[in-house]
Parts: sequence; structure tokens; C-alpha cells
Amino acid sequence: MTAVDEGVQTAAPGQSYRGLAGVPLALEPLTRKDFTSDQEVRWCPGCGDYAVLAAFQAFMPELGIRRENTVIVSGIGCSSRFPYYVDSYGMHSIHGRATAIATGVATAREDAAVFVITGDGDALSIGGNHLIHVLRRNVNLTILLFNNRIYGLTKGQYSPTSEIGKVTKSTPMGSLDNPFNPVSLALGAEATFVARTIDSDRKHLTSVLKAAADHRGTSFVEIYQNCPIFNDGAFDAIKDPTTSADAIIPLTHGEPIRFGVDGRLGVVRDPRTGAFSVVDVAEVGVDALAVHDAHVADPSFAFGLSRLTDSGVLHRSPIGIFRDVEAPAYDDLAREQVALAVGSGSDDDMLQSVIDGRDTWQVR
Amino acid sequence: MKQVHTLDRVVIRFAGDSGDGMQLTGDRFTADSAVFGNDISTLPNFPAEIRAPAGTLPGVSSFQLHFANYDIMTPGDRPDVLVAMNPAALKANIADLPRGGVIIADTADFTKRNLSKVGYDANPLEDGSLADYQLHALDLTGMTVEAVKPFGLSRKDASRAKNMFALGLLSWLYHRPTEGTLSFLTSKFASKPAIRDANVTAFKTGYAFGETTEVFAVTYEVAPAPMRPGRYRQINGNLALAYGLVTAAKKAGLPLFLGSYPITPASDVLHELSKHKRFGVTTFQAEDEIAGVGAALGASFAGHLGVTTTSGPGIALKAETIGLGVMTELPLIICDVQRAGPSTGMPTKTEQADLLQVMFGRNGEAPVPVLAAQSPSDCFDTAIEATRIAVRYRTPVIILSDGYIANGAEPWAVPDVAAIPAIDPQFATELNGTDKKGQPVFLPYLRDPETLARPWAKPGTAGLQHRIGGIEKAKDTGAVSYDPANHEEMVRTRQAKIDGIVRDIPDLLVDDPADADGRHARVLVLGWGSTYGPITAAVRRVRKGGRQVAQTHLRHLNPFPANLGAILTSYDRVILPEMNLGQLALLLRAKYLVDVHSYSRVRGLPISLSELALDLESEIDQLEGATA
Repeated sequence: MTAVDEGVQTAAPGQSYRGLAGVPLALEPLTRKDFTSDQEVRWCPGCGDYAVLAAFQAFMPELGIRRENTVIVSGIGCSSRFPYYVDSYGMHSIHGRATAIATGVATAREDAAVFVITGDGDALSIGGNHLIHVLRRNVNLTILLFNNRIYGLTKGQYSPTSEIGKVTKSTPMGSLDNPFNPVSLALGAEATFVARTIDSDRKHLTSVLKAAADHRGTSFVEIYQNCPIFNDGAFDAIKDPTTSADAIIPLTHGEPIRFGVDGRLGVVRDPRTGAFSVVDVAEVGVDALAVHDAHVADPSFAFGLSRLTDSGVLHRSPIGIFRDVEAPAYDDLAREQVALAVGSGSDDDMLQSVIDGRDTWQVR
Repeated sequence: MKQVHTLDRVVIRFAGDSGDGMQLTGDRFTADSAVFGNDISTLPNFPAEIRAPAGTLPGVSSFQLHFANYDIMTPGDRPDVLVAMNPAALKANIADLPRGGVIIADTADFTKRNLSKVGYDANPLEDGSLADYQLHALDLTGMTVEAVKPFGLSRKDASRAKNMFALGLLSWLYHRPTEGTLSFLTSKFASKPAIRDANVTAFKTGYAFGETTEVFAVTYEVAPAPMRPGRYRQINGNLALAYGLVTAAKKAGLPLFLGSYPITPASDVLHELSKHKRFGVTTFQAEDEIAGVGAALGASFAGHLGVTTTSGPGIALKAETIGLGVMTELPLIICDVQRAGPSTGMPTKTEQADLLQVMFGRNGEAPVPVLAAQSPSDCFDTAIEATRIAVRYRTPVIILSDGYIANGAEPWAVPDVAAIPAIDPQFATELNGTDKKGQPVFLPYLRDPETLARPWAKPGTAGLQHRIGGIEKAKDTGAVSYDPANHEEMVRTRQAKIDGIVRDIPDLLVDDPADADGRHARVLVLGWGSTYGPITAAVRRVRKGGRQVAQTHLRHLNPFPANLGAILTSYDRVILPEMNLGQLALLLRAKYLVDVHSYSRVRGLPISLSELALDLESEIDQLEGATA
């Protein structure tokens, strides 16, 4: 039974957040407390996960949906404990498989707002395959990828986003493999909504979550998240107020990409290769700067911007919504096919005639 | 006037190159025989390669059909008639044909090149080496090409209708009705009139050739078999499994969600279910086996009937998610259509060697109910029972089928859908407990006192928000718990829940007719799954020979029926044929301390009934001799 059958009010497309169309609206306004479970939060002191959880719980009431229609699915890792702390429906599943399990939930239930909580190891290492496939299918759900560039729960091995040469318990002479840039990977899979934000910047984090809710299809949000125990300071360049101005490349749709102290730095695009680079605004002039367009159909624009991220120790990175384009969502299409077929008759007699088949014979 | 001989039963094997259409030919002969009223049993046997090099031994595809005027149990060990479309087909199958058997060979393909490809120095159709058989060497291809000339097809396309010529000839030889095949061809090739007409003409010409030629002096009749009154159709195991799943979901009022990844020999279940969206079926072709079962479990959490279909290698990949299903105690149906392993093994050949994998192939103590279907049509009933258990006990359930019954066909008395009892999912809608402060709360792991099942609360149910997952659960609340006593209790409770399913399992019946003096057999033959047919046929033969033997067959492999132990200990000898190296025997020995004699065959083929019958006879004689 869908929410519509029960006669409850649901958000209609265009009326509210597009990603939540079909999800019943709360009868009374909810508060942060309504999204807080009775479980004691058990992350390490100073973990960036606390900030994300607090921002999430504070933001959820703004969506206006019923909490019982919220489903949070996580994999394995520190961040994947997240669902236990939110008073909604939740499943803390298997390492790497949250996206696959959430695909089942989202396809089965149009009336559920589905979130996936995952980490850099969970989503990009063991779950890399499921991640790219949920993105290419464009299942209507929101993925929050907590990227701390390290394995925390297993106590400090390098992750698929760790910089080359990372010295960890499993790589005493330094790691050898090239890291993934999660945003580039998502864009390579032609994800329809791709953003990056920072655990400690609640305002920005919330604005990205809001935009993600307004996107129908998969919303992929990378959150830079500090692990104070095993990788402390990995994002200091963009978090330290004394360096952040030069480190954060803010992406705002329709605005020239300009940053740095007094806006002295900017981003230009090479007309020949399409690659982006950072320049001194004084040298090229404001008019030469690239204007961010999150709605370009071709993902290569956003991909180009994603390459401005350091792959080694992080000194500079674009933050914001790289891509936000409209495309049909897999689960909507799957439900449409079923609804269309159901419309052609589905009672017991119909089932009987299917099972009978074309060639039956009678024995008397 | 040709003579007509009446036979009780006939086994025909159609054999040719992978591209010769032997499966279709066998299928059509089967359908026509079934509609005629014979009992039927079939064994398709084909290579995993879609088109192995033409004319080679690995490329041979065959279809064996057994039809009779009585109820038969197997497709037959050895054919009476071999239709060989090329030298490779002859070479690969001749050893199975008893002396005196009929060979119908297409001479067109017996060229020097094709002969040497399979190691024939001389043409066996001409050198007298087949003198012990009734050989009919006919230019089937040449006659077909000649007959379909009016339709203007290329020689290649024209010659492709040779299988229909052969089918027409055999249809005449065995007095088969032809309407079914004619209407089948007309609708199958409706959009290609030239191909349609060529096939219809080839079929009719083959039939007419039989009538007019002097080659065949005798034709054969096999009368309809007596069957219980009812409406019948022909069905294979994969189709019955798909129908059973759709019916079960409908009876439970649950939308069915299939998460699956293509794998031989299970893919046809995915194909079939994808056609039945009108019954609320969603089919999700996942990126891999793990995602298939993951999405299915997600759908179960969301309140649908989650189903995944696979074969042995897929079960290996799904193991961790099945374990999550055990921990989260959600209904989930896992269908394992077994094939010969290990590893890739022989994908198109049958085996029963996944039993221990599905019983124990997970980390930790992770009990899962296991049911095995015994015949193609039995897959339907097994799917419904598996769903009933999964929903009632909130547990993953594994259904074992195998390549033999998945692709093999038999007549099926079509069940009355309306008469199948409903399955009540009993979704939780109310708070069911109180917290320490006395406030009403929802306890997701509070158990039903009888079944030990936990409540199934689906998202969207107000007030019942809860979190589940793979970490050990505290009793009742389902909160994360590392408490030693709690873990012990939960491990034992999960086991007790599965063990308790025995209350829903009927006692095992033993077929053990008393002799004239009222004595019963001393030897019991016990089987499970698809060996039912060969074992039953072998038991009949043994009894016909004057010996006593008892038979029983297990559908429920976990838990076992309550009276199994008593049955095992009441016979002097228990013989257990299975297509593995004694996996069920191992379980029975461990559980019941009974010296079960394992009879194992792992040839990728069903157990031979005649071989089994002889072996049973010698076991019985040995036992009688030892105590005489």
C-alpha cells in the first residue's frame, strides 16, 4: 500500500523537495529531538561524525516529512554507526553493500526518503562496484560519504582516498597506490547530483543536504571529515581560518569561480583541453574566469572542476555542488513499469490463466 | 499397409550441433506427447558454450525424451532411438544406445571433413560398424532443402529447417498429433512468413516422407497414460519455481522483489519473473550476486517479499548477506538451482553438491531453513512452502533445485490458485512493550512465544521506527549488545527458532509395502531433491524383481522432520543416493548416529536408475545372505 492509498498528504512534484515527492508529510512540525534516538553516541571525542550527525538531525525537520518514512542504510565503518543515532527506520548492514540494500528499499518504497551513510573505505574500496552502479542507475536516494582518508574502525590503515606515501600500520614504508578522487569517480559514473562539503561547516553542509533533497535521483555528497585519532589534520588547510580562503574553491551556480584573500585567485578553463586551472585574477582579469554551471548536461565540465582537488596532502579543493542535472530515476521507472502492467489485470483468475499456459489438456 | 506395434514406453534422444535446434525439436515432441496424454520426462543436455565450433564433440547438444503409457519417473537411462544430425552427435551418443536400437542419421553432414573432425576414419553409416543397430541413413538436409525451395531461402536458411523435417518424420513414426507444432511454428515465425512456411513445410514433408517411403515398415503407438483426473500442462522446474514465487507473494499480499544476477542454470527464473510485473513483481538485474541479494533484503526490510535466484557460485557470494538476513530476522527467499562444481565447474550439468554450502556456508552460527524440490512441478509447491516459512518465522529460507529438474519437464496437474491458503504477513502496527520508565515502546526483537519470530514493522509505520543490523542484538530491544550472556542467549534463540519450524513440517512417510506374510523391507532407500525420479524408478524395478525395499524422500533438510531419526533406526540398512560425495549422509550420521550407506554419483547427470536398481539388489541380497 502506498501513502497515497492511505489518503495522507504527500509532497507533490514542484510543491516541495523533488527528491521527496511521494513521501508523506508530517502532520505536525518535527524537531531535532524527534530525529534523535535513545542510543548513546559512541564516536571518539572530537570525531567529525558528531558534527555531521548534529547537522543532519537539525536539518531533517526542515524537510517536513514523517520520520517513520525516513530510512537510513549504512555499511560498515565508524560513520556507518550513524543510523543507530537517528530515530527513523534504519539498517546497519554489511561492508560496502549499503548502496545495494538501499536500492532495494528505494525501489520498493516510493514513500520512503532513503539515505545511505558510508565512508571512504566502505563506498570506494569494498563497495566500489555498488557505488558506481547506483550512480549510473540514478536511484532516488542520498549518499553521504564521510571521507576521512583513513580506515578508522580497523585502527588506522590507509584507505582508497589516502595520499600516496601514507605511512600507516599496514604501510610502514608508505602507501603505494594512487587514491580515488570520490567526486571524479562519481562524475565518471555520470552521477546526476555531486557535491562536496565539510563536516565542520554546518551552514554549507545543510545547504548541500537541502539541494540534495530537491534532486530526484542519486545525490552523492562527499563530506570531508576529520578523524582525530588516525588522520588528524588531514583537512586543516581548508578548516584553518588563516588558510581556508586560499584553500577552498567555492562552487556557486552562475557565479564566476573566484576565491582567496580579497578574491585574488580564480579558475579559468582552457578552451582547447577543457581543463581548469587556478590563476591570479589580477593577471587574467575577472571576465576570463570560468562561470560555474552545475546544470551542464555533459559531466565533463564538472569532472574538470573536480580535478582541481589535490590528490596528495590536501592544500586546496573545490567545495560545493559540482553537478545537478535532471534525469529519470531508476526506481521511478521500475515502479512505472509495474504500475503499467498491474493496470492490465492482476487478479487470481489472471494468475490462474498464466499458470495454465496455452497448452493444457483435460484428463477425465 | 504398414504394421503398427504398440509399446509401453519409448526413449528418444535428439542429438545434433548446438545450432541444429535439437532443444526446440525435443521440446515440441514433448509438448505433442504431453497433449496426447502420455506421461513424459525429459533431459536436455547442452554445452555451456553458446556455439562451440561446429561439428565438434564439445558442440553436441541433445534432448532426451521418455514417453509412456504409465507414470514414469525419469527421462530414461538409455535411448531406444537416436536421431543424429551429424557425425559428432553420433559419436558422442552411440555408446548409450543399446544394441538393436534405432539410429536415424542425417547423411548430409557425414562429409569427409566432419568425419575426420571427430576422429572417424571411415563413414560409420557405410562401413558396417553399425550393423548391430537398426540404421536409417537419410539425407534429411537434402530433402528439406528440396521441399522448401519455393520459399526462396538461402541454402543455409533452408537447411536450418531440417530439425522440423526430422520432427515430422518422428511424429509420423510414433503417431503424434501435429496440430500443436503447426500452430507453434505459425505463431513463432509470424513475422517471418518465408521462414514460417519453410518450417511448416519441412515438418509436413518429414511426416509425409514417413508415410510414403518404404524405409520404415513399422510404426509405433504409445497409448496415453492413466492419470488422475484434472487439467494438465507440461512444466519445467524453473518455470514452476517462478510461478510458485508469484503465487506465494500474491497469497501473502506482498509485492515480490527479485534481486538477481544472470547465472546458468537459474537465469530462466529471472526471465520468467520479469514477465509478471502485473502481479506486483519487480525484477532488478543487479551488478553482481551480492547486490542482487542485498537489494532483495532491502526490499524485505521495506515490507516486500525479497527473493534472489542463483546457482552455487552465487550462493558463495551471497553468504554474507544471507547472514545479515539471519541476524536481522527478515523474510528472504534464496533459490539455488545447483550445477556441477566446484568453482565454475560444469554450468549446464546437474549436481547436488551445494547442500553443505547452504547449510553451513556462513560465518558464525547462522541457521537457515533449507527445502529441496523433488521434481520439476514440485518446485511450485516448494516455493510456496518456503515463503510460508520465511514470512511466519521472519527468516531467510533456501530452496534447492538443480539443473536436472530446472530444465527437465513433466506433466503437471495445474493447481487451483484460489484453493491455495493465504499467507498472513502479520505486519507489526502497534507498540508492543514498555521501557524501563514504564513508557510504551516498540521492541523489534520481542518474540512470539510459540514461533520465536520477531515483529516485522515496515517503514512508514508510525511509532515503530527501529534500527536493525549485523551487530549482535540485545534481547527484545534490538539495541547493540556485546554482553556475553545476551550473545549466548541470542545464538541459541536463533537456532531454536529454526529448529522449531519442525512443528510445521509433516512427518516423513515411508513407502514400505508388506509382503504376503506381512513382513516389511530391511533396506530403506532415502533420497532428497531431484534424485526422487531415479530412486523411485529403481525401487519399482527392485520390487518387480521380487525383493523388498522401502523408500522415503526428504524435502525438509533443515530442520529435518521430527520422525526422521526413528525411521532411520528402524531399518537394518539405509542407502542414500545423492549427486555429491555423501553430503546428506554426513549430516544424518552426525545427527542420528546411524550408519547411513552413501551412494554417490557425480557425473553431471541424473543417477542411472538401472545402475541404482542393480546396486540396490546386490545390497539387499548381501544383507539377506549375511543373516540367512
